[in-house]
Amino acid sequence: MNFDLTDDQEALVDGIRAVCQGRFTSDRVRGGFDRGVWSELAETGVFSLVADGFTWADAALAFEELGRFVVPGPLVWGVLAHGLVDGIPTGLEAPAPGVPAMVEHLVASDVVLVISDDGVRAVPAGAVQGEALDWPLDPLTPIHRVPVLPAGDLVAGPEVVADWRRRGAVLTAAFLAGIAQGTVALSTEYALARKQFDRPIGSFQAIKHLLADALARAEVARTAVHAAAVTLDDPEVGDVDRAVHGAKVLAGEAALRNAKTATQVHGGMGFTWEVDVHLSLKRAWLLNTVFGSPDAHADAIAAAL
Amino acid sequence: MDLRYSDSDLAFRAELRTWLAATLPQIPAEPPRGDWPARVIYDTDWQKRLYEAGYAGMSWPKEFGGRGAPPSEQLIFLEECSNAKAPYVGVNFVGTLHAGPTLIAEGTDEQKAKHIPKILRGEEVWCQCFSEPDAGSDLAGLTTRAVRDGDDYVVTGRKIWCSFGQVGEYGELLARTDPDVPKHQGISWFILPMDLPGIEVRPIETILGSSEFCEVFLDEVRVPAEQIVGKENDGWRVTNVTLSFERGTAFVSEMVDAMRMAEELAPLVHDPADRRELGHVIAEFDALWALTKRNVSRSATKGDTGVGGMIMKLAYSEARDKLCELSMRVLDRGALDVHELYVEERLRTLSLTIAAGTSQIQRNIVGERLLGLPKERQWPTDGGDR
Repeated sequence: MNFDLTDDQEALVDGIRAVCQGRFTSDRVRGGFDRGVWSELAETGVFSLVADGFTWADAALAFEELGRFVVPGPLVWGVLAHGLVDGIPTGLEAPAPGVPAMVEHLVASDVVLVISDDGVRAVPAGAVQGEALDWPLDPLTPIHRVPVLPAGDLVAGPEVVADWRRRGAVLTAAFLAGIAQGTVALSTEYALARKQFDRPIGSFQAIKHLLADALARAEVARTAVHAAAVTLDDPEVGDVDRAVHGAKVLAGEAALRNAKTATQVHGGMGFTWEVDVHLSLKRAWLLNTVFGSPDAHADAIAAAL
Repeated sequence: MDLRYSDSDLAFRAELRTWLAATLPQIPAEPPRGDWPARVIYDTDWQKRLYEAGYAGMSWPKEFGGRGAPPSEQLIFLEECSNAKAPYVGVNFVGTLHAGPTLIAEGTDEQKAKHIPKILRGEEVWCQCFSEPDAGSDLAGLTTRAVRDGDDYVVTGRKIWCSFGQVGEYGELLARTDPDVPKHQGISWFILPMDLPGIEVRPIETILGSSEFCEVFLDEVRVPAEQIVGKENDGWRVTNVTLSFERGTAFVSEMVDAMRMAEELAPLVHDPADRRELGHVIAEFDALWALTKRNVSRSATKGDTGVGGMIMKLAYSEARDKLCELSMRVLDRGALDVHELYVEERLRTLSLTIAAGTSQIQRNIVGERLLGLPKERQWPTDGGDR
């Protein structure tokens, strides 16, 4: 047992972080997702890691970095559908009958993947008729409200669905764990720079303790994500479903609470469009609605006892 | 990242399980909480059995009679003992986990020879005399004085929260040997024979009733100078070397218990909101268990437990509090009887966010050492501005 990052994994994290630092600056991230973003990420290999012989743990580490930089796009679908469909995939769980589908990144995508217990169906993006929201919650995730999704073609059978849901939950949780860490870094930097009463606000315990709790939450969440990813890779080391549920619970909560902590620590600036904090917070809310909410996963843990 | 135990770890686990299965049926019944003479016999008997089987001092170097086990085996040892409901370390706590490691690191050859083998064999019980009524979170502000007089130090002061004071034959004593230097620089670490004249021990009645905590009154106690550990005035550093032995395993027994408690509680939880809360709490304990494995792994390869080690107490004690509060809700009026499942546990765990560094002090440490935030404004008497 060595549940620490290997040297190769440290190198992978450093590599992805360097790419993000170079290419996904605040300005670029605020430009949103497009084909350029897709191709640059595809070049780094983040979508094909598992196909290229890396592990789900490695993929999770990569997504943690993408989350830290709040990189926009239907990124998880890029991994899930790698090698299965051509072009840029987006996707969602099939909504209940009569409930409109909220489709992310429809315009920038080529195909919409719809997961249900029956399998995965692919719908050409051009065949999806809906109304673009003029005020989506996450400004970097455009949403179309689609009354009825076309049936599309079955591209994977019911046997893959459980795996897709687990993998999707783990990668989403990894991204959320990245948000949880990124928001601590952002607000720590602010707490050191911002002075009131002639001293950095980070010296005040009222602020320091918020950030200490946020760091602890982020660290626990990322460990849960790593444990879930390692269990995906090697199901004999634990209960895969429980590990995945736990990761999505803790990462979802950590991202949300840490982004809110960051808003608070930034004071009035945290309420502005100009400061990046709201992008993390809004993405956290959005990601808590995909691949199962924290509450749904907590319920699933309890139901299995 | 790998969660698979090695073949040698698995072999160790199997051997230990066999030993526990054969040994536990032979041990006597656990004595009542308040019967200290019986508890000493019970706890030291267990330590003797561990010693004879080669499991005493798992983390201690072999040259001092320990097993010198890698951190993964320390983790397995604590996990298996807790799972098998083996006796806790009990009155051996201060000796085996704190005083012993301190003496190994800082003691003279004579001090080591005198105490180490006895601690390991369960023949010597220790207590801790660190905190004072006016020196809790600010431990370095302690005022118990040790004044050199010939071959002795004359010690006067008052100690509180002395774990196992009522049964300790020796105490770890921190006392001020130089009042005229900054507070961290004038403290010394002593081995205090608890039978010296001038020592009075009074048990503290906690919210649980009887407990291991005592007050210790020191009235011109003459402590021979050779009882000092490390150099005079170097006691603050000596105090801080101890933790390095624990190697990420500090909360393993607690956590195994907490996970068992969560699982035993599960069939009693019916309300959907409570079940959801249970799911949340279990997710936290699973993650903290994984974090324990990370800390143990790091300790083995890098020599320290890193960020994970610094947040563990904070995160664990908060999670345990949630679990205990959930159990009180679930028991409802059944919880009015302290003998009911987990009610005593609820009371005990209130100390977790207070003892050994309050959660507030932990947050200061995390904020200042990990995040690099500046210290809070000092009070004017400490030289800060008004």
